[in-house]
Order: sequence, then C-alpha cells, then structure tokens
Amino acid sequence: MNLKIKRSVALSDSGFVFDASTGDSYSLNPVGQEIMALIKSGKTDSEITAYMTEKFDVDAATFDRYLYDFKVTLKQMQIIEDYG
Amino acid sequence: MDKLPVTIAVSGLNNIDSPGPGIPVIRGLRESSTLKPRIIGLAYENLEPGAYMHELVDKTYKVPYPGEGIEPLLERIRFIHEKEKINVLIPNFDSELFGLMKSDALLNSWGIKMFLPTLKQFEERHKTNLPAYGKKYGVHVPDSWPVTSHSDIYDLREKAEFPYVVKGKFYDAYIAYDMDQALMYFNKISAKWGLPIVIQEFVKGTEVNVVALGDGNGNTIGAVPMRKQYITDKGKAWGGITLDDDTMMDLTHKIISATKWRGGMELELIRNAKNELYLIEINPRLPAWVYLAVAAGQNLPEAMVKLAMGQEVTPYTQYDVGKMFIRYSYDMICNLDEFEKLSTLGEL
Repeated sequence: MNLKIKRSVALSDSGFVFDASTGDSYSLNPVGQEIMALIKSGKTDSEITAYMTEKFDVDAATFDRYLYDFKVTLKQMQIIEDYG
Repeated sequence: MDKLPVTIAVSGLNNIDSPGPGIPVIRGLRESSTLKPRIIGLAYENLEPGAYMHELVDKTYKVPYPGEGIEPLLERIRFIHEKEKINVLIPNFDSELFGLMKSDALLNSWGIKMFLPTLKQFEERHKTNLPAYGKKYGVHVPDSWPVTSHSDIYDLREKAEFPYVVKGKFYDAYIAYDMDQALMYFNKISAKWGLPIVIQEFVKGTEVNVVALGDGNGNTIGAVPMRKQYITDKGKAWGGITLDDDTMMDLTHKIISATKWRGGMELELIRNAKNELYLIEINPRLPAWVYLAVAAGQNLPEAMVKLAMGQEVTPYTQYDVGKMFIRYSYDMICNLDEFEKLSTLGEL
C-alpha cells in the first residue's frame, strides 16, 4: 500500500490525532505514534519494518502483519489515503 | 474608538436542553468591539432562563406567541418600542419569522430594523419545497414528501423504503423504521406543530452543519462549518467542533450566492460514505450554536446587527479550526419576586 497521511490530519507529540476535515480525534500509543511519524516522514513499508525490527524485539514477518493491520485501520478511519 | 450604543431586542431566551439561539446571539453582541448593546429580551414564557440572566439581558418583556396572531405580537413590540426605542430586532424562532417578515416595512417605519431573509427565500427553502430547491440550485437533497394523513404515509410505500425521517414543519424530527413508528411520529409531531408533516428519505452518514450570514447581494459575510460530536435525544448538539472543510464552505457560498441570501442561516447537512454532502434542511436564522462561530473568530450576531443598521461589513474569511463547544446545564437560583414581576407585570 502506498499511503500518505491526509493533509487535514494533525499529529501531536502526545499521540493525539485530529482530523480537521471531519472533527474526528484519536489517541495513539507510543508505538502507533512512532509508526505514524515514520509514515508521515515518507518512509516505505520496508523501511518502517527495518527500523522497527531493529529497535524492538520483533521479527519482520510478524511486524509486517501488524503494520498491514494498522494501516488498514488508519485507512478505514480515513486518516491515511492512497497515492500514486 | 467609542462603541456605538444600540438597543437590540432579542427573542429565543429559552436556554434549556433544546436551546433557542437568543442567549448565544446576545453573548456575541456583548463581545462586540464596535457596538455597545442594550439588550431587550422578548420572552414567551415566565421560565425562560434568559429573562433572569441580568448580566446578559438588560430588560425583559413578555410577548404573546406568534400562533395567537401577528397583530397582538406587533402591538406588544410597539408598546416595548415606545419605552425602549428599539434599533434592531433579532427574532430567533422559526415560528416568528413569517409574520415578522411580512411586517418588515411596518417595523421599519417605526424605526426598528431587522435583517431577515426575503419571503421568497424563506418559502423556497421550506422543508416541503426542498427537493425542488435542490434541483434548482444543483445541491444533493434527499427526496421528501409533505403528508397530511395516515393514508398519505401508506401511499409512500411505493416510493420509498424505510427508514423514513418524520419531520414537523418547524421543529422535531424522528427516524421511523417501520409503518407503526411512522404513524406514531406523525401523530406526535402533528399534535404539537400542526400539518403538514414532512417525510424525508433517510441519508446515512455524519451530520455536519454550517452557520452563515448572507448580505442579501450574494456575498457570504461569514461562515463556519461544525460537526456535532454528541447529539442529545432531542437531536441537539451537546458538543461540536469547527472543521476545515472546503466542500462545505463551497456549498455555503454557492447557496448564498445563487439565492442572494439575506440574514443568518444554518445549513444542516449529511456527509455520506461516498463523501457527498446532502442538504437536509436550511434554517433561516442563526442557530443555538452560533457562539462557537464567535469564539472561532466570526462574530456573526454583531455583523448581522451592523447589516441591519445599513453599515458596511467586511466579510470574514478565516476562523479557528478545531474550536470546540461543550454545552452544559446550570441551576440558576432566582428570587420569587422576579418570577412574580415577570408573571404579573410582564416585565423584568
């Protein structure tokens, strides 16, 4: 999935996510916050996986599965959208 | 700069769980940087909280319900005007608007200014006329049908599937999932607000609203979109947040420009899963949540008074996104002598 964070979505340091176009807001845990920051910085899925498996005690296959689920959730909530 | 003293009569002081717009309008006026308002409250009931909010309302008069006929209401306004010299009148109830619009020239001749939609604008956006309105101005509108009897509702089964939205001509709306519910809501609403009842196609989605002010020449003086975050069992917003939404703003500008809307308005919209906006209602006045617009940087009540007085008003182009309101209830303690005064003398 080539995904980017919607223009109207703001992510605060506390993990609070606010979509100014819908008024929806969410809270992320520290790991979710870190992944969102990586998506925001334009990292690809494989770059995110490499970074996270390096930092945390998780293998790539397991993390990929979680990352996929997380992105599907973000997409359902219209926080991220397809591009390219 | 000295503030301009102005006497403004305001109705809709029922600041209860289904609040009128009077108190939020007055809060906006009190925060005006250019006007020094003296607020005259117009109350229909002895227990309208605004009458007892002396920090907001300088003086309150009881007035007869518009349902009793426009003549007694006008007579009462004339009496109040002789004592208070009203410059501007802001009616905040849908049920007042028709009679007062028809009396605009008369009130103007007394020196009382209003800034209301024209009769054509008022009639055209009526719930019963909304499908034609949508077609004329190129806006998505759910199908709706005015009904005056149970048999009319039975006839609709061929045209639309449940659920229906059952609406009163001025207030109240319920979702009916079957015929029994539709008939029950028909009876309930018609007993309170009369006929016709409007049956509207149900559009699934998120309810969003815009408060706006048109100058009558096609220009939008201000507009703020909001999403209700919490809706009470009466369908009223208990919390809301301002949005950054170009499509809602474009739709508002389009409607105001095409209709040359004059006065305050509230657009009630539903955004469906395909991200399409459906217009479900246009209220021809400022809504009870208008103070959110004031807090977000657009003092629409102040701008409306200036327009009524014939002043030039520079359109607002910005507002704060993510500004929220949370409504709360508050037990105001009042003395019996004040209640007695309003009940017996009709003034407080």
